[in-house]
Amino acid sequence: MHDLAPLTALGSSAPQSDTIGPVTITENPDMALVSVAARLGQDAACTTALARILGTSAPDVAQFVQGPTLAAFWSAPHCWMVTGPDDPQSDLSTRLKADLPHMASVTDQSGGWVRFDMQGDGLGALFERLCNLDMARMAQGGARRTVIDHLGCFVLCHGGGVTVYGPRSGARSLHDALITAARSVF
Amino acid sequence: MIINHPLLGPCDAQEFTYLGDARLIDRPDGMADGAEDVFYDYAYLRDNPAGQHRELWFHEAGDRSWLVITRNTLTHEIISVELARDVARKQGRSL
Amino acid sequence: MNRLSTGGQIDRTTQLRFTFDGQPYHGHAGDTLASALLANGVRLMGRSFKYHRPRGVLSAGSEEPNALVQLRKGGRQEPNTRATVAELFNGLEAASQNAWPSLKLDALAINDRLSNFLTAGFYYKTFMWPAAFWEKLYEPIIRRAAGLGSISTDPDPDSYDKGFLHCDLLVIGAGPAGLAAALTAGRAGARVILADEDFRMGGRLNAETHGLGDQSCADWAAGAVAELASLPNVRLLGRTTVLGAFDHGIYAAVERVADHLAEPAPGKPRQILWRIYSKRAVLCAGAIDRPISFANNDRPGIMLAGAMRAYVNRWAVTPAQTVAIFTNNDDGHRTARDLLAQGVDVAAIVDTRVDAPACDGVQVLAGAQVVDSAGRLGLKSVTVRQASGQEHRLRIGALGVSGGWNPNVALSSHQRGRPEWNEAIAAFVPGGILPQGMRVAGAAAGRFSTQGALETGAGAAIQALSDLGKTVQAPDFPMAEDGATRITPFWHVGGTKARAWLDFQNDVTVKDVTLAHQEGFRAVEHLKRYTTLGMATDQGKTSNLGGLAVMAELTGQSIAQTGTTMFRPPYTPVAMGALAGRSVGRDFRPTRLTPSHIWAVEQGATFVEVGMWLRAQYFPRADESDWRQSVDREVRATRGSVGVCDVTTLGKIDVQGRDAAAFLNRIYCNGFAKLAVGRVRYGLMLREDGIAMDDGTAARMAEDHFVVTTTTANAVSVFRHMEFARQCLWPDMDVQLISTTEAWAQFAVAGPKSRALLQKIVDPEFDLSNDGFPFMACGEITVCGGCPARLFRISFSGELAYEIAVPTRYGDALMRRLMDAGREFDVTPYGTEALGVMRIEKGHAAGNELNGQTTALNLGMGRMVSDKKDSIGAVLSRREGLQDENGLRLVGFLPKNPQERVIAGAHLLDRGAAPRAANDLGYVTSACYSPTLDSYIAIGFLKSGETRLGDVVRAASPLTGQDTEVTVVSPHFVDPKGERLRA
Repeated sequence: MHDLAPLTALGSSAPQSDTIGPVTITENPDMALVSVAARLGQDAACTTALARILGTSAPDVAQFVQGPTLAAFWSAPHCWMVTGPDDPQSDLSTRLKADLPHMASVTDQSGGWVRFDMQGDGLGALFERLCNLDMARMAQGGARRTVIDHLGCFVLCHGGGVTVYGPRSGARSLHDALITAARSVF
Repeated sequence: MIINHPLLGPCDAQEFTYLGDARLIDRPDGMADGAEDVFYDYAYLRDNPAGQHRELWFHEAGDRSWLVITRNTLTHEIISVELARDVARKQGRSL
Repeated sequence: MNRLSTGGQIDRTTQLRFTFDGQPYHGHAGDTLASALLANGVRLMGRSFKYHRPRGVLSAGSEEPNALVQLRKGGRQEPNTRATVAELFNGLEAASQNAWPSLKLDALAINDRLSNFLTAGFYYKTFMWPAAFWEKLYEPIIRRAAGLGSISTDPDPDSYDKGFLHCDLLVIGAGPAGLAAALTAGRAGARVILADEDFRMGGRLNAETHGLGDQSCADWAAGAVAELASLPNVRLLGRTTVLGAFDHGIYAAVERVADHLAEPAPGKPRQILWRIYSKRAVLCAGAIDRPISFANNDRPGIMLAGAMRAYVNRWAVTPAQTVAIFTNNDDGHRTARDLLAQGVDVAAIVDTRVDAPACDGVQVLAGAQVVDSAGRLGLKSVTVRQASGQEHRLRIGALGVSGGWNPNVALSSHQRGRPEWNEAIAAFVPGGILPQGMRVAGAAAGRFSTQGALETGAGAAIQALSDLGKTVQAPDFPMAEDGATRITPFWHVGGTKARAWLDFQNDVTVKDVTLAHQEGFRAVEHLKRYTTLGMATDQGKTSNLGGLAVMAELTGQSIAQTGTTMFRPPYTPVAMGALAGRSVGRDFRPTRLTPSHIWAVEQGATFVEVGMWLRAQYFPRADESDWRQSVDREVRATRGSVGVCDVTTLGKIDVQGRDAAAFLNRIYCNGFAKLAVGRVRYGLMLREDGIAMDDGTAARMAEDHFVVTTTTANAVSVFRHMEFARQCLWPDMDVQLISTTEAWAQFAVAGPKSRALLQKIVDPEFDLSNDGFPFMACGEITVCGGCPARLFRISFSGELAYEIAVPTRYGDALMRRLMDAGREFDVTPYGTEALGVMRIEKGHAAGNELNGQTTALNLGMGRMVSDKKDSIGAVLSRREGLQDENGLRLVGFLPKNPQERVIAGAHLLDRGAAPRAANDLGYVTSACYSPTLDSYIAIGFLKSGETRLGDVVRAASPLTGQDTEVTVVSPHFVDPKGERLRA
């Protein structure tokens, strides 16, 4: 085990959580994120293998699925993001590389993103001020890449609320945008 | 404008970056004889019609698909939207 | 004063205090500033733009040209607010504008006397000669006189939001047609947005007295709004102006969230700019009253008859105790009847029609005209010329003028639609190609009766939903008035030498249009620009048609043939703040922070913005007073021992797949196919036209896996370019691209002691010796006891150097560890300045050299462009024009006096040559002080540069007046043989 101490994207050793009105916005640094891009012609094989790995069918276009431990969402044609608990003992990207031999290009993205989990009533009203997604139509299981505060972000709708993945270097700006919008709405 | 993305459905044109004439797909072979003249045409002689035009757009803030969009540049009517990769293959491009 | 004792949709139990020009007044909740001022007997509200004529309200809505006032104070001071739409609140401070020293005694009213000189085209004719007078004399005078109101120079303390809304049906305007459309679609379950600019929905239903079934029309409207508010699928946007109709059902709207409050609640926005995505839209924007021109028709007290009726019915205010009506249609009579019903004394109805109908309780002067008015600061009397030709004066305090109604077609023609003339109502109605998905209903479509509005509103909603696959029945609305429009067009009273106003805000008169006609500016767009008709902040809502009608009369064409000018967004003026939203000041764009940012802040670093990134520029020490001292020290320390720099901002793209090598071989002009695993190569990308696009390195991590770096600035565009090549040019190559810029924290560790430092951090099983990990090696390693990392032996500084990357979250810890471990070597963090100095010393090209105009040959890398393969840009890079032997080449420059600064951007000239384009030999791209050479140095492009080494030329900057003699040298000032980086 190495002895380098990690920092969260917001620059602290512990994740930050803010409750504004009915909405709670929590940084979640404990999830690994790995991109899986099917090799040429390996789309079907990759989808099948992903279903096995996830324990549920691979997400379709603009979809998010949650399996028993891993979740995944569609990010681009023939490309998915797989997310699961960050386990230093068993690196998710290493496991996926092993499970998807010659089928996919697997890239660890955990460090590249900041993840905010958002819960509570009124998320629809909040997202009206953040991005152009039609949250009422997205409902559960929707996943889209969009722009929040000039930053390219993934927005995932699921049973627990909404998850936003944004570029890690812009974490503070993104967090500020979420908080400011929440204060403005609620 | 609203671009009806073949995979994602209606998307705001603000999410896209514009490139121009879809003929840019037809890149000539750089190793062929007389490539210089053909490349000159390819790089510089493109149409910019007032009317129906096939254009390349990149879904930069979305799924990063390149699209071929047939659009009327006068009315902004969008006649068709295709994945550029499919178009390229249909036009015989491969490796 | 002028407040009627009964009626009106005002809350008489709520007293609101406000001031106008410092004078305190009272109004009620539900008042506008205009209605409250009228209630207090204030008719004079402003001065006109050009002639500084006294003016009062003309209208009761957003079309108001005259009653422009300044609201609030300090940072919230806002000029040019229409008093007719300013919602009254307690403590409102309003002031008149365009008047000095006071509204009643305005010095520039002298302009009114000079009106013979200040006619149309005045500027073009008067300020022509002498040319030298323009800048010093004319322009300052004009600038001082021009403009309406004054803006605050304090920062705006308020915030503005932007937002996005989606709906099946957008209904614009909540009058009878809009309410009917929204109810029809809302009851059917469709997602409806109903937007109205007023603070009380209902439109004209709030201003009329007729019934709707057994209710008053205002009560029916209130009931309809309440029902809509109860429907979860309907969103009501009050105080919201739809500003523009854009392509494919997109609309812009501004919601005034807090303009009716003294200030917004903490954290809340003042306004929200909405971008509305609609599948269908119904435009129910109503109609706008239009005036009739006659001599001196601009006095306070002369207003539109429909507005006068609205003030009486909605606000229980009469503009004066005795009024008269001047009309060419039946609607003027309706105003007279409503005024009578409220006990106002109506002196006469002056009706231009010889067949004018009678009106109970008031004298109708058929075939008569109002030919003049009197009253310096407010109307005292009008002169009426009867059908017989006899003239007499009417002593009145207000005149209601009704020239008919113009359907409010603005939004219908924001795309390509051109309104069409409708003879029956003597007005333009929406025509041509409407914005996609838009229908028009009610008065906006020329259906002026309430019944017609309800029917067309519901009908438009039914059709819209039918488009969307939904069948809906028309709701059972109660019966309403369904009177026909009876009008005989009459635009202006002729036969006068006095001025008769068309455009009140820009002071355009009938005479000006006549002059424009005389001088040949007859097409409507010319007329507009020559006279400024319709170019004021009201965009001619009440004036355009009058001007067109006069021009039509003069040219002998019909109004239909004369046509209208183009309508463009925004419909009403928008605060700049609303357009900016949250993107102001520090939040103009997001800030991207490097992994070592917190640490760098602790070190007291000075930061520089590089795109969105904030990078450490240099790390000043307590004893350093000048940035150069810090930078020189950082360079010396790095070249002397070891320095560390955060280079995370460089773009990183993971290129994977069976064809990854073949793909890069086509992306880069130099060869990549044979690069061995575990090796890095410098790569130069060209644009297809042969110009250099970007450079960086590609590291082969595995047979099918490369890590490509791009410059910080081009990270996004290079990724886009590579995706274009992958998807559009070679769709069957097995290549996958993932941006990993953010995923790795990357540090340059440079200097002769860099290896020694890294050996303390890299886990011992990895061999860092020169043989084990030579120059241009790369590999996946672990550091600090197992942390995964990537190591690249590459050098931007020219020293023995590495770049080491760890997952971003460990970047902060790694930087601290490097500093701890490097203490024995005096490790020095360095910023972008030292980075830049060292790369100039080494002669490495960067953004200044890859400037979109230079080729590989210019950059001294001509031989890199492989002719053994096809790569993007290779063919055109070999064009004759780009292969000029005497072309620009990258060289270095040393000033003859080492302490004389050379500046980037200076142009190169031979000694004795005049600084002219013909003598231009090239230019300096990058320059700095080199602490290594103890001299200023520079690199740049010089014609035939490689043959001129040793020559002396001049680096001259006409901009700064610098002219420095420099010796042409190799651009590689430091270690030209590259021995250090291979050590």
